Parts: sequence; C-alpha cells; structure tokens
Amino acid sequence: MSVSQDDVRRIARLARIAEPSDRIAQLTEELNGILDWVEMLGEVDVQGVEPLNTAVQTPLPLREDAVTDGGIVEDVLKNAPKSEEGFFVVPKSVE
Amino acid sequence: MTDFTTLTLHEALDGLAKKDFSAREAMEAHLDAAEAAQGALNCFSVIDREHALATADASDARRAKGEAGLLEGAPLAIKDLFAVKGVETTASSNILKGFRPPYESTVTQNLWNAGATMVAKTSMDEFAMGSSNETAASGPVINPWKATGSDEALVPGGSSGGSVSALAAGISYGATGTDTGGSIRQPAAFTGLVGVKPTYGRCSRWGVVAFASSLDHPGPIAKTVKDAALLTQVMSGHDPKDSTSYPGAVPDFAAAVGRSVKGLRIGIPKEYRLEGMPADIERLWGEGAEWLKAAGAEIVEVSLPMTKYALPAYYIIAPAEASSNLARYDGMRYGQRIEGDDLIDTYEKTRAAGFGKEVQRRIMIGTYVLSAGYYDAYYVKALKVRRKILEDFNAAFEKCDALLTPATPSAAFGIGSKAKASPIEMYLNDVFTVTANIAGVPAMSVPAGLDANGLPLGLQIITKALDEETMFTVGAAIEDAAGFTAKPERWWA
Repeated sequence: MSVSQDDVRRIARLARIAEPSDRIAQLTEELNGILDWVEMLGEVDVQGVEPLNTAVQTPLPLREDAVTDGGIVEDVLKNAPKSEEGFFVVPKSVE
Repeated sequence: MTDFTTLTLHEALDGLAKKDFSAREAMEAHLDAAEAAQGALNCFSVIDREHALATADASDARRAKGEAGLLEGAPLAIKDLFAVKGVETTASSNILKGFRPPYESTVTQNLWNAGATMVAKTSMDEFAMGSSNETAASGPVINPWKATGSDEALVPGGSSGGSVSALAAGISYGATGTDTGGSIRQPAAFTGLVGVKPTYGRCSRWGVVAFASSLDHPGPIAKTVKDAALLTQVMSGHDPKDSTSYPGAVPDFAAAVGRSVKGLRIGIPKEYRLEGMPADIERLWGEGAEWLKAAGAEIVEVSLPMTKYALPAYYIIAPAEASSNLARYDGMRYGQRIEGDDLIDTYEKTRAAGFGKEVQRRIMIGTYVLSAGYYDAYYVKALKVRRKILEDFNAAFEKCDALLTPATPSAAFGIGSKAKASPIEMYLNDVFTVTANIAGVPAMSVPAGLDANGLPLGLQIITKALDEETMFTVGAAIEDAAGFTAKPERWWA
C-alpha cells in the first residue's frame, strides 16, 4: 500500500496539522518509504495469533470511586495560553 | 580539593556521608561545570541555579537532622520529559514552551524522597522521538567523546542525549532517562555509560510526558553498574497513579551486583548477528561471552526468529500511540497557541508551528495506521507480531537466564551525518534495543570497550520480566571483566 499526495493532505487534516504545502511531495515520499519498509510484516504468519496491546501480565486494578483531588483551579489554569475568571478561554466553536 | 567531576555516585555519597563536602559544595561545583559546558555541549534545557541550590541546602539541613536518605545530597540530571514542579518542562518541544508543571513526576519524587538534588534538566530528542538528539527544538546536543585524531562533533545518541552528555562530562552523579525503543541504552552505549531500562511497570510513568504509553520506560543512566542498580531501586515502586505500575515489592537491586554468574546460562541470540555489522562490535560481543564463560557462566546459542520484525512493528505501534497521546497538544490548556480563523484553524496552526518535522512525521504515520480501512492491516497486524516477539523471549528464557547482545549496531556518528538519509536509517539505531520494549522485559547496556577510533561500545543484557537482579549480576560481571575506564578527553570547558 502507498499514499498519494492527496492522502497525505487528508492525513494532515485528520491529525489537525496545518497542511505542510511546501513539504507535501517530500512527506509523501518519506511516508511511503516507511510504509514500504513495514510491509515486511506481511511475511509473518499471524494466523490465530491474538493481538498484544501491552506486556503487562497483571489485570488492571480498580480503585475506590472516591474524590481524591480537586479544588486547584489556579494550578490547573496556570499554564493556559488564555484564561478568565476561572475558565479556559478558547476560540468560538459553536455558532 | 575534591574533583567533583570524577567521582561515581557511590564515591560521592561516601564523601557526603563523611562530611568531606556538603551537598551545597557539590552542587556549586556542578552548577559551575554545567554553565561552563553548556555552550559547547548544549546538553541542558534548564539550568536554574536558585532551584538547584535550594535542593542542596534542603539536603544539608536533612543530614544535619540525621535524616539522610539513600541518595542524600547527590546532584542528578533530569531528562526534560519528567515533570519537575515549578521548573519548565517542555520535552524539548516548542509546543510546550513555558510549561511549568504544578505537579511532580512520581519517579523524580522518589529520587527527592531519597535525598537526591537536581543540578539541571537535560535536552532530548523532541518528545523522545529520535536516536541522535538532533530533533530537540533547542538544537543538537554534542557528545563529549570524539574519535581519535578527529575534531568532528558527534551525536550523543538519543533520545536521552542531554542526560548522557552531561553525565559523561562529569556534570552529575546519575541521570534519568526514558526508553521507548532504546532511548536510554543507545545513548549510554555511545558515551561509555551504563543505561537501564527496567521491566515495564517498575518505574511509574506518572508525570512523564507520554510518547507511546505501552512502550515508555523510565530508567536511570549511571557511571557504574552499582550506581545504576541503586538508582533503579530508588526510582522503582508501585504507584496508584499509574494503572500499569507493578504492585509487587522492589528487590534490593544493589545486592545483586557482585554476585557470582557461576552456573548462569547466557543466551547468544543468533539473529542479532547482522550483515555488515562493524567487526569491532562482533569482536566485543564474542569477548563478552568469553568473559562470562571464564567467570563460570554457561554459554548457549538461542534463537529469536522474530527479531527483524520488531523494528517495523515498533514503527507502527509507537507512532499509533504517539498520534493519540499527542492529540492533547491543541493550544487550549497549556503551551503555545497560534491564533487562527476559528477553532480548527487554531488547532492546526498551533500544531504545525509547535511540533518539529520528525514529530509531525510520526503523528501522521500513527494517524494513518489507525485510520478507517488501514487499522487491521497495519495496527492489528503489528500487535499480533508483538505477541510473537514476546513468545520468542518466553521460549528463549526456557533455555537461558540472560541474553547477551551488542547494544547498538555502530558507535556514535557525526552530527548531521544522517541528515540526507531516509528516516529508516536513523530508526535502525534501535535494532538491538527495541525488542525489549516490545516485550516489556528488562535490559541494560554496559560499556565494554572502545572501537578502533577510540569510541565507546556497549553490550546489552536482557533478562526475563521482573528479573532485574540477574541483569545487574551479569552486567556487573561484564563491567568487571571489561575494566572499562576510558574517559573522554576534556575539550568542552
């Protein structure tokens, strides 16, 4: 499988990265280089093999459903590019 | 007068305990050395004198009260991927410029609880994506080592390149790193240091900027195996804030250093013998096996047939996880924001300006392999290969107690020397290290010799999950036999 320049534009859109218009040709070539290389996995017989998400052998633990943190609005907002009166300020997203 | 730059961690702890020098004196010497070297090595992301001296004074105060911890007063260098409360933490990325975490990572908190002090934060490949530390937003880090008779600037390896460069230059007694595909072991091998990637889950990932969550391993870099064992011990432990943190007790890793390797079975995986591998590396690998044999270990040949598929599987799984993890950088809650025409435009402009080229490339690969129509062909397939790689290790560890392999396929290379090559050529740096990330098993690199150009080479020891003790025992035996004492000639300050 390989990607076209249009595919790369679509991937950039999905990834929410402004279209790198001056680098589309080069990026397409690089992504295809990587995709060609990973094609090697086609040689492996994975019939009946279950996917492995993690090397952790123990089941995920459950904790008590209790409030353990909070009341730190100032800390939470400290690094915000814009905030006002205890809220993040973001560009208008609903008409 | 003490030359602070030549001591090991254990020697420094000894000097601090005997009151030969105070934590403040050690810190002042390290800060002076850091400031003097920064122009030449570019290995630090933050040198905050006031913060560093405050950590040293607090340590002296604890010692005066008789409350000295295991690492009391020892200055460490902290990779910029670890959140340190109130100190700028950017993962060497423009998108996090100015971010000062209001919290502390669990691993660094464990170090501070044991009395360690922080000299500085270290540069890295942006978001830990790289093998040469050339992708840092603040520019490349320089290796203190140079080839004999050459003045060419070399890479320190990556992504924990700032940490190894600082430590190899004697500007700390240990450093933290993170290893997603080899980012602790490869740079340690390039700089004549010991690098440890413990079992997945030993060291909490909480407060460590995420790259690929199922592959990210925090761990230490040190001058000796014994120093590395102590640092691993302090950094490890169960953390309820990381659901993948291992709940069992942490063994006394330092006690494993110096145990006999007599009777241990050391596996030599034949698939690690690559075509075109430098002769020096092949020779050193053979010597390593001979050293262990002479110390009483049994050498057995084993097979890990999936080895060559580990790197391509990694370059599907890691970018997939990264594309998801890095979705959080949208310019809304922290970091840099570039205002656009609307919300989507703001996201897109922020991310295009904030992420470097390699990070963008990996996010895009990850986005593609997770997208509708390609998910099964790429992502699920890679996860199936991942299970086969784990099964390889399980089968090998029925025949042996530890694996011995080269750490890297080459010694340190020149800055910019791979700039024209395809990204894959850089990715191949991790060909020997990445398998242990995929399987989550512990692995370390130990400096074992110099190549014909006078540059350090490392050997890697891999053991089964949770058996770091055997890894440290074998690592120490290699260290003993190799007698590696070479140091880079001081040119940087």
